[in-house]
Amino acid sequence: MSERLYVATRKGLFEWARKGRGFSLRREFFLGSPVSACLRDPRDGALYVALHLGHFGVKLHRSLDDGASWTELSPPSYAGVAADEDKEAPSLKMIWTLEPGGADEPGLVWCGTLPGGLFSTRDKGETWTLNRPLWDDPRRPEWVGGGYDDPGLHSILVDPRDSRRVVVGISTGGVWETTDGGAHWTLQGEGLRAEYMPPERANDRLMQDVHRLAWCAKHPESVWTQHHNGVFRAAKGPEKWRELKPAVSGFGFAVAAHPTERGTAWFAPARKDEYRYPEAGRFVVTRTRDGGRSFETLTEGLPKPPAYDLVYRHGLEVDEDGQTLALGSTSGGLWFSADGGDAWRAAPARLPPINAVRFG
Amino acid sequence: MAIVSFTSHLRRVAPSAPVKTAAATLRAALATLAPAHPMLTPYLVDDQGRLRKHVAVFVDGALAPRAQALDLPIGEAAEVHVMQALSGG
Repeated sequence: MSERLYVATRKGLFEWARKGRGFSLRREFFLGSPVSACLRDPRDGALYVALHLGHFGVKLHRSLDDGASWTELSPPSYAGVAADEDKEAPSLKMIWTLEPGGADEPGLVWCGTLPGGLFSTRDKGETWTLNRPLWDDPRRPEWVGGGYDDPGLHSILVDPRDSRRVVVGISTGGVWETTDGGAHWTLQGEGLRAEYMPPERANDRLMQDVHRLAWCAKHPESVWTQHHNGVFRAAKGPEKWRELKPAVSGFGFAVAAHPTERGTAWFAPARKDEYRYPEAGRFVVTRTRDGGRSFETLTEGLPKPPAYDLVYRHGLEVDEDGQTLALGSTSGGLWFSADGGDAWRAAPARLPPINAVRFG
Repeated sequence: MAIVSFTSHLRRVAPSAPVKTAAATLRAALATLAPAHPMLTPYLVDDQGRLRKHVAVFVDGALAPRAQALDLPIGEAAEVHVMQALSGG
């Protein structure tokens, strides 16, 4: 069970400590700076915080002494990476996600960015390398922005059974899988469907705007995605997906997968894409416990309508205990659940807009 | 010698007082400051060597065009101000 929760917001990073059945605010870091991603590496306790400064670009800070002191690192860089045809040479626009490598890969951290590059470090962030096999794939220049001007890589799943198997999700560029640590990549995603494309390209794997990927850590063949126009599940790995009929709405950004129960996942639905607010101002979480055959709508402890909170891709997380959940909204609302989402409790705080919640 | 000063927003990574420089351009001036202020350049310049979109450079009171700001010749008595652009929020 994680003892902490990190909340990355538009105005700094907030660290919450477990207290009873909830959490209490313990420390704040980088107040005033937009935090786009954070990670507490479970293997060595290193803290990584990615900032997205309005004027001065993307910054990366690391603490090896649990936040007592911080070192500013050179972030991943596109220096020397050539421009695509008809485009400017790429530069780092945002760090969207940071994920630890496997237990057998100390110091290895993966980093997903806008404009779409996947980077990794083997020395705790001192030096970063762009994954060239994925970037140089001839289909990559067809990736397009999804919510931002540039494509972004937001989800990185490292197989707990085999660290060389990694699955990533891109808005918009589909689901890609490597089984050799990133040397070769396969575009997966049969069965995903893109409503926003002309009919003849609706099932084109490259055009799938997977908003977020999550899988069951104990059974990582069970993969979920909250997609731009639907919720999909792959029961036997990311090759083949089945569209589900979720409660409330198919639109949303976030999904969290139960760490041990392969059929259980949570979602934070919103009215579809031209609106992006909770249907009828009713802010809910949905849950399936039967592999997506049915969904429950969870409301206990969440605000009553009107509540126009929206949850971004990294705003819904389940802890390794499978019971503790955190939910953060772009209105700065933060909720905890200690019972798998049956009931929620609001954090006693009004926070800045929340980009990500992360147990650690 | 030209004088270069930096917005107080950069106080963590830039010289705290205006600096005199014999460098011919702002890019060259930043290079001379890099040993003592290694994070300064990446705050102002992106990973392809371009001035960041929301950084403004004034030379003798005039806003320098973004594409040329780093490489404009700096006169001997020039006063250069590196500021945050309001467009950046």
